[in-house]
Amino acid sequence: MTVTANLTTAGEKHEVSVNERVYRSKVRRRKLIVHLTQLAFLVVVIGGWELYVGSDSRKIILYGVPSGIVSRLHTWVADGTAIGSLGDQIKTTLEEALIGFAIGTALGIVAGIALGRIRFLADVFSPYIKVLNSIPRIVLGSVFVLAFGLGIESKVLLVIVLVFFGVFFNAFQGVREVDRNLIANATILGGSPWQVTRQVILPSAFTWIIASLHVSFGFALIGAIVGEFLGGSHGLGVLIKNAQGTFDANGVWAAMVIMGMVALLAEWFITKLENRLLRWRPPQLAGPDL
Amino acid sequence: MRLPQHSDSGTLAIDLRAVTKRFTTPSGATYTALKDLNLGVVAGEFCAIVGPTGCGKSTTLTLVSGLERPSLGTVKVHGADVSGITPGVAFMFQTDAVLPWKTVLDNVALGPRFRGTSKSAANTKARDWLRRVGLAGFEDRFPHQLSGGMRKRVALAQSLINEPRILLMDEPFSALDVQTRSIMSNELLQLWDLTRPAVVFVTHDLEEAIALADKVVVLTAGPGGTVKASFEIDLPRPRVVQEIRFEQHFVDLYHQIWEALRSEVDIAYAQTTAATTKRAP
Repeated sequence: MTVTANLTTAGEKHEVSVNERVYRSKVRRRKLIVHLTQLAFLVVVIGGWELYVGSDSRKIILYGVPSGIVSRLHTWVADGTAIGSLGDQIKTTLEEALIGFAIGTALGIVAGIALGRIRFLADVFSPYIKVLNSIPRIVLGSVFVLAFGLGIESKVLLVIVLVFFGVFFNAFQGVREVDRNLIANATILGGSPWQVTRQVILPSAFTWIIASLHVSFGFALIGAIVGEFLGGSHGLGVLIKNAQGTFDANGVWAAMVIMGMVALLAEWFITKLENRLLRWRPPQLAGPDL
Repeated sequence: MRLPQHSDSGTLAIDLRAVTKRFTTPSGATYTALKDLNLGVVAGEFCAIVGPTGCGKSTTLTLVSGLERPSLGTVKVHGADVSGITPGVAFMFQTDAVLPWKTVLDNVALGPRFRGTSKSAANTKARDWLRRVGLAGFEDRFPHQLSGGMRKRVALAQSLINEPRILLMDEPFSALDVQTRSIMSNELLQLWDLTRPAVVFVTHDLEEAIALADKVVVLTAGPGGTVKASFEIDLPRPRVVQEIRFEQHFVDLYHQIWEALRSEVDIAYAQTTAATTKRAP
């Protein structure tokens, strides 16, 4: 597909547009092949699983089976679960995760910026934060259930604890990484410390903070589910726990599928937010289509 | 010819007396950037500071702006001791210091907004300044969408909108290509002429210094840089930066100042090469 050098202008134009068309159809064909391969992969994995387990009831108990998972989802949607309608369970878990995520993120940002800006606070609190960060925080779930009971509070607290540190460390680092010249410039232009924090530090650190939100929302869901697992009466965690207790692998998988969909939806929202807030950035080079 | 009045101004716009500035390096050692420096700039004067790398040129500017305090000596601006950020000062940095998440208009309006001007008044003023620096029509762009020269114009408008009485410039055009640089220098002179702030312009380019300034100050090689010599540049204004360098008087001045600068450059160069050979195995 090389353009021959000695062509008339009109011919050249024609040649270029032909080239363009050929190139576009090539790109389209490649895309199609990628999608077909993806589909084939999925079919092989799910189909292999289905074939391997078959109708062997022992294996179904151990591994679950795709068709069983689908029918379980169908039952849950149509008839509800043993502990109430499926929508209520999702709502409960999501409520715990979102409230905890919002509070944990807000606290993380405020604490990260305060410690990043005020040297004294950083010097005083950094050993405590290191200690808190090094303990396996998920265990705090048990403490919270004992202290705050089976209601929503214990789960929200666990989510806050899980979300806070990721956001905090990123916000703190983000503040540390702000270009000194930008701060000096804004200060000389007449910005008060608060104005500089609002208009220079915060937007600059947002690149870092947003990056932590992707991971943190995953942690928020984990926190809510584990909290319900440790002690609760409603939610997807309870659903999973009950399924496990009755040797119902299909039920565990079905709950997992629902969680996966919720997480993907949240991921989509966060990416939207990211694009909105960081639209000032130069366009990045296209990465692999993942 | 409109040279600033040197003799009859009572107080200097900028007055540095016996200033020494030491820094503590992360390893705990002290580094003396400036030692016993005396420098006076009268109101409306364009003063260029030249000197080899690491002689404390930029440190001088941070002292005048109030970003840093001197270790010894006094720094006075318009007769008052500098404490905190000096009011009425604008600073143009070597690297881009416009906020990348604000549009061109918001960047230029930043100074008035910080000082409590209403949004619409600040925007009107910012539009006016953007027109003056030749960026009308680019109000809604983000800095990354502009060329290096255009970003410098934004920075210039951002500095000048506050109508500073003192303009500090730290090698502002060093990142630009040669042609853009002389165009920007010319425009700087035209804009300077509108409000005539006192300017301290730090550069390592002697040609640029002579073409722009009323006075060129040569600093000695660091550590412990101080004023080696000061030269009055009596070239007539308005000047055309691109052409003034061909004039005989310009060439004479260049020779004269280069005599003073050369030995300092040699010392600084010897220091860096000595440091590299010491580090090399």
